[in-house]
Amino acid sequence: MTEFIVVTSGKGGVGKTTSSASIAVGLARHGKKVAVIDFDVGLRNLDLIMGCERRVVYDFVNVIHQECTLKQALIKDKRYENLHVLAASQTRDKDALTKEGVERVLNELRDEGFDYVVCDSPAGIEKGAFLAMYFADRAIVVVNPEVSSVRDSDRILGLLSSKTRRAETGAAPVVQHLLLTRYNPTRVAAGDMMSIDDVKEILGIEVLGVVPESEGVLAASNAGIPVILDENSNAGHAYDDAVARLLGQDRPMRFLEAPKKGILSRLFGS
Amino acid sequence: MGLFDFLRGSPKQTATIAKERLRIIVAQERSARGSPDYLPLLRRELLEVIRKYVNVDQDAIDIQVKRDGDHEVLDLTVTLPDKAGAAATAAAREA
Repeated sequence: MTEFIVVTSGKGGVGKTTSSASIAVGLARHGKKVAVIDFDVGLRNLDLIMGCERRVVYDFVNVIHQECTLKQALIKDKRYENLHVLAASQTRDKDALTKEGVERVLNELRDEGFDYVVCDSPAGIEKGAFLAMYFADRAIVVVNPEVSSVRDSDRILGLLSSKTRRAETGAAPVVQHLLLTRYNPTRVAAGDMMSIDDVKEILGIEVLGVVPESEGVLAASNAGIPVILDENSNAGHAYDDAVARLLGQDRPMRFLEAPKKGILSRLFGS
Repeated sequence: MGLFDFLRGSPKQTATIAKERLRIIVAQERSARGSPDYLPLLRRELLEVIRKYVNVDQDAIDIQVKRDGDHEVLDLTVTLPDKAGAAATAAAREA
């Protein structure tokens, strides 16, 4: 059974690609056969985050237009041989994607025995984002604890329950999760940032994970190594927990409390 | 919070404001979801017509499509200004 997972958000810059890369690596680390696809045609970036940008020969649009085979376009990850990346086209525009074409590629991945296909959605609610979510069995909605991101997420949740194949055919609905990123427990404690409970209450769906704001994320993208592989980063550990929960394991939420301060910094601030 | 922050007085809890604003807008957008596209335009034109006769607020009109068994019902509520308010407006217009 292949599961199609869309990583989406509506708003840009909240961490969709960072999350797609880490979730894909996390699933592969659990021994699953995984493909991660960049749906952001014209603004390819997943290849950079995965660190395989110099090995892109053929892309998703080439496969859709039958200019190469799927095998030729799948880039095998250097770290996990059961992990494959399908890059977006950098030269075409988003109209190069068609519903039939995407369906054919996803069916081929299913026939190849992939366990998970992670679809990294572009921002917005136009064609690329629509096609990334259309065939999904599961959706991970990436949200920052910030007003515009929360509002856009609610819009995306509405689309997931009306504009997907599962909604249109009356099948079981797309399973929806929230992934809170850029969470800053210190600011939450100070009342400057909405808490996990606030966001959960407004959007009304379960939280798969909370990824703390972390310097490790930028360092990871600089290096082209998904942050989940950084043993010293809390963000990496948070993604590892989220992937374990996705696989049905029970992991308590971590990194929700502000780090304890010493008496001096308590007195004088930091 | 450090000693100096404490002396400056406690900062405003903006997260609470964010949550309240979101709660309202999200509820409003959810109720509009799935309703016909023409509703906002209909609402605006109705407001213009009503305003020719009564001076009502921007948000005095509430339009909703409701299901009643097999058919849909267009539910329209117009809140008219109270007498005192209306008289005041009329007086202002005459002045």
